[in-house]
Formats: sequence, structure tokens, C-alpha cells
Amino acid sequence: MQLESFLESTARRMPDKTALVADRSRWTYAELDAAANRIAHGLMAHGIERGDRVAICLENGIQAAVAIFAALKAGAAFMMVNPTTKADKLRMLLEDSQAAALVAPATRLAALAQTLNGATNPRLAIVVGRPLSSEFAPARRCVAWEEILRDGRDAIPPKRAIDLDLAALAYTSGSTGTPKGVMLTHANLVTAATSIASYLENTADDVILNVLPLSFGYGLCQLFTAAKVGATVVLERSFAYPHAVLQRLVEHRATGFPLVPTMAAMLLQMDLGKYDWSSLRYLTNAGAALPVEHVRKLRRILPHVRLYLMYGLTECLRASYLPPEEIDRRPDSVGRGIPNEEAYVVDEEGRRVGPGVVGELVVRGSHVMQGYWNLPAETDRRLRPGPLPGQRVLYTGDLFRTDEEGYLYFVSRKDDIIKSRGEKVSPREVENVLCQHPDVAEAAVVGVPDPILGQAVKAVVVLRPGGATTERDLLRHCAGRLEDFMTPKFVEIRESLPRTPNGKIDKRALVSRPDSPTLPPVQAWTPGNGAAGAELQALGGTPSLAGQGG
Amino acid sequence: MNDIASTLRTFVRENFLFGQDTPFSDDDSFLGLGIIDSTGVLELVALLEKQFEISVADDELVPENLDSINNLVRFIQRKREKHEPAAAAAQV
Repeated sequence: MQLESFLESTARRMPDKTALVADRSRWTYAELDAAANRIAHGLMAHGIERGDRVAICLENGIQAAVAIFAALKAGAAFMMVNPTTKADKLRMLLEDSQAAALVAPATRLAALAQTLNGATNPRLAIVVGRPLSSEFAPARRCVAWEEILRDGRDAIPPKRAIDLDLAALAYTSGSTGTPKGVMLTHANLVTAATSIASYLENTADDVILNVLPLSFGYGLCQLFTAAKVGATVVLERSFAYPHAVLQRLVEHRATGFPLVPTMAAMLLQMDLGKYDWSSLRYLTNAGAALPVEHVRKLRRILPHVRLYLMYGLTECLRASYLPPEEIDRRPDSVGRGIPNEEAYVVDEEGRRVGPGVVGELVVRGSHVMQGYWNLPAETDRRLRPGPLPGQRVLYTGDLFRTDEEGYLYFVSRKDDIIKSRGEKVSPREVENVLCQHPDVAEAAVVGVPDPILGQAVKAVVVLRPGGATTERDLLRHCAGRLEDFMTPKFVEIRESLPRTPNGKIDKRALVSRPDSPTLPPVQAWTPGNGAAGAELQALGGTPSLAGQGG
Repeated sequence: MNDIASTLRTFVRENFLFGQDTPFSDDDSFLGLGIIDSTGVLELVALLEKQFEISVADDELVPENLDSINNLVRFIQRKREKHEPAAAAAQV
């Protein structure tokens, strides 16, 4: 079964059911399906073939949802790109994936023109919003979204892909500093969405309030589980204005609300008693561990709401969930394998270990990725032989233990990836950007505890002799090259970096002790004395830094 | 009015753009242009409370009040006219 069949069959069964509420308008399943068919015909007419990658660099909104399903209907794979991705990185992603098409807003494409000049990919740019002027040519062909929407046909295009074909290429941060493209087939995503919808008990009566970017696996899942059961997704752009988001929750009588720990921390600063939560059936948490203190507070304030603690990673989307009945007994567990999956802990030799023993979590299921795009060695490290001949299982790279009843507890990551706002940040990628600065001799990037972000990205930098750059200049340098969530929150310039006895940079020392900085660290922001600042500090009790994947 | 606007412009340029020369007008949406991200709003509010001696209630945290220089100027003027007490109870 192909992933887009969720949408097609729901559109047939309940054409008038609201599929999406976005940008203050409503879209029924019939309308969403028809729009995706039209764009799919346009993609095919402009030369998009089965198996091509279609990059989508859009904020949450109707076009993003339509573009995803359109790529699938055209037999292509979609590739979501975080809308805050800067030009150089986007060019790298487009080259690595050899994406055939890019769907992006006009303003964004105009800003990319110079960087993409001379690049072989993409062949086709689909421009959302006002048309581009003629001097801009990031692709061999540039067409307007509105034009292909108008000219396309409503009928479902003939199926070109089978469920073993690529449905998505999802880039994720790796410890090497170079993002890796996770290859997910239709079967992978259908399996994941089916399993998730079953344990969340999703039905057509659900209204899911989603503020997570669709470029984030956890956000993307909401679209597919909803399409499968015929639920409504209320798609918001961000959680920047929590009050405005909670107004949407009340207005649309939301039944499901997916969170990352940063959102929970922000919510718990508010007077939640002012809002009508009676419609809400469940909350979910993924991306990183929800501090136990926050679990307890949410349970106290919203006792009628089922709270699901989950763990996942791009390589299989979701790996475990804790049944809500267990939450008061095991608020620090991420539960057990999701339905139709096996999750177990192994030692260094790959043998299963008993309760209490720390080992690597292994996931076995039809939702496990096919590997990393063009990275066979990396793929072999993460996908290793399973119990049946020819079968491969996913080594998550995360250390866990289980209790006597088999519930999973996250212990730590095996690599040094930082989790900030629930998203993965590769220290190496940030260090590489810092080292591009002419004044920087050496840089080390670590995650430091932060009550809202989980971990905040901190850079410690040593300048070249005679280097005169400042912390502020380095923050600007990073902000111009990295996605929002990767940009350091703190930069500190030092005379030298602490070393381990064998000469490597001692990152643990950078996190744990101040190590007599030569200059006080510059922060992107200093909390004020007002209510919000005080509350931030009152929240204190730094969340445990479990890097539970998204 | 102009004082408020120029203080705000400087603050946004220094703290969110780190001095980058990104052009933005007084009507441009901070979120729309990617100047301020989701956690940046908290930082903005902390500044407003300190710099302008106002307190911002939860239900005032909406884009209509905060998402552009002009919206901020109007919001701050309105708050000042009301002579709101500066202290706000921390609700956790």
C-alpha cells in the first residue's frame, strides 16, 4: 500500500470531512486530495519521474501538506527541509539528494538565487507566493504553484510507485557533522502511522493541534495518522505565542496535542486554568525526555488528559511509548515497543541483556529505514543482521535499560549529539561553521542544561593569534549559516580548551565546570527581572538531558 | 513614540540578528521574516518587562501585540497609559 492511499481512501469515504485547518481556512479531504492530484499532474508534466526527490522548504501550511502528497502521487519521494535552513546548507542538501525539484516561497528562492547559481539541482523550482522576476533562475525551469494548481487535473494520477519505493528522504544530524539522508519507503511510513494511530486510538473524531514543523518527523507523523483515520489537523506555524495556540485549541475543540519538552516547559509557566481543556483527550511527548517534575505537574493540572511519553528517531520515526495507565507509576520510562514492533536492549556483542543492564536499544520492525542515502558504511553501522536471514534491525545508538517488567528507561546517547528544543544538533556541524570564521583557530560545541530548551548549544572558541573577533560577531556568523535551533545560545572565547590526557578536547569539562573563562560568556539573551524571567528561573530543576529522539 | 521604536529596533538588531544587516520595516512580522523564533518571544518579553517597566500577561502574548516594531510600539503605549503595576505574580 502506498502512503498517499491514506488520503485517497479517506477522501472517498468522507469527502466533506475537514482535513486541515491552516492559515485561517478549512480544507476538506476532497479538497486536499484534489489539490494534491493537480500539483502531482504538474510535477509529472514538468518531468518528475518515479523515484525522484522533491524538496519542500515551506512553513507549516496548506501548501506544505499538498506538496507532500503531490510528490507521493507523482511516484516521487518528498524531502522536507527546515524552513530556517540557510542557503549554503540547502545547496548541500539539494546536491547530496540530487533533488529534481524544490518547492519554496518566492522570497526564499530569490535569496537563494546566487548560491544555487551553477548548481545542477534542482531542475525544477516551484514558486509559492508572488511570481519571481525573470533574472532569477535557480533552476532550469521555474513555475508558479498557482499555475500548476490551476492547470492540473483532479483525477488521481496512475500509480507509479510500489510500497518498496522511497516515500521520504529525511535528513538528520549525524555526529560526523554532515547530515545523513534517512531513506523511508511507503511501507515504512504506512507501518509507522498505522502503529501510532492504533496506540493513540485515533479516530475520525480527533482534532490534532500540531505546531511542530512538518520538517520534523514527529510533526510529519501527525499528517499521516490523521489522513489514515480521517481526523482533522489544525496546523499552526509555531509555538512562539502559546496563548494564541491555546486559543486555537479551545476554538477547534482539539482532542490531541503533540508536545516537545520545550513546549511543556513554556505551558507550565502559564495559568493553564484559564483555558477550556475539556475537549482534550491526549497529550504526547517526544523529541527529548519530559522531566518527571513536568510530567507530575501536567498530570495534576490536566488529570483527565491521557499523557503519552514516547521515544523515536528519524530512522524508524517511533520506537516506543508508555501506556498512559502506567505514567504515575513510571513517569521516567518511555514504555515499550510500539504495536507491531520489537524493541530490546543488547550488549556490545549484540546479545540481549536482562533487566537493569545498560545496553544499546535495538528496534525490529517494518518501519525501520532502508539506510542512509549514499552512505553504505554508516548504514551498516546502524542496520545490522537480525534474527532471520536477510533481515536487518536498527541499532539506535541510544543506551537504555529495562525494569523487571520490560519497560524501557533512557540512559544516554552513545554519541555527542545535542538535543535542543527536541531537535538534534550535531556539535561537529556547528564547530565546522565556527571554524570557517577567519579568526577562529579552534572551536568546541557542547550542550549545557537549560530549563526551556532541554539543552542549550554553547560554543567555546579559541582565536588565532591576532584574531580580534568578538562573541557577538561569532553569534552573527552562526546565525547567518545555521538553522535556528542549531545557532549557539552562548559563545565564549578562551585562551585554550581543556584536554584529556590523550590530547582530545575534554568536552565533559566544558559542560561541568566553568574552567576560569578569560571573558564572561556572552549570551544571546539575558533574562530580565520581569515576570517571564523570574518564571523561567522558578522553573529551575533542570530537566534531565535524556536525548530521546524525535 | 520614536524613542520606543528606535530602542526596539536596536534591541532586535543586537539580540536577534547579532548586528546582521537584514533589512526589515516597522510593519514586518518578526516570525514571518525568521528574525525571532519560537523561543525568542520569551526573550523579547523579558526585555520589554525590564526596559519599559511593564508586565506582560499570558493572554497578551499574541502576535497582534508583539510581532512587529509597530505592534510593539502600540502595545507598550497602551500598557503605559493604563499605568499597570510592574509586578506580576509568577505562576508556575
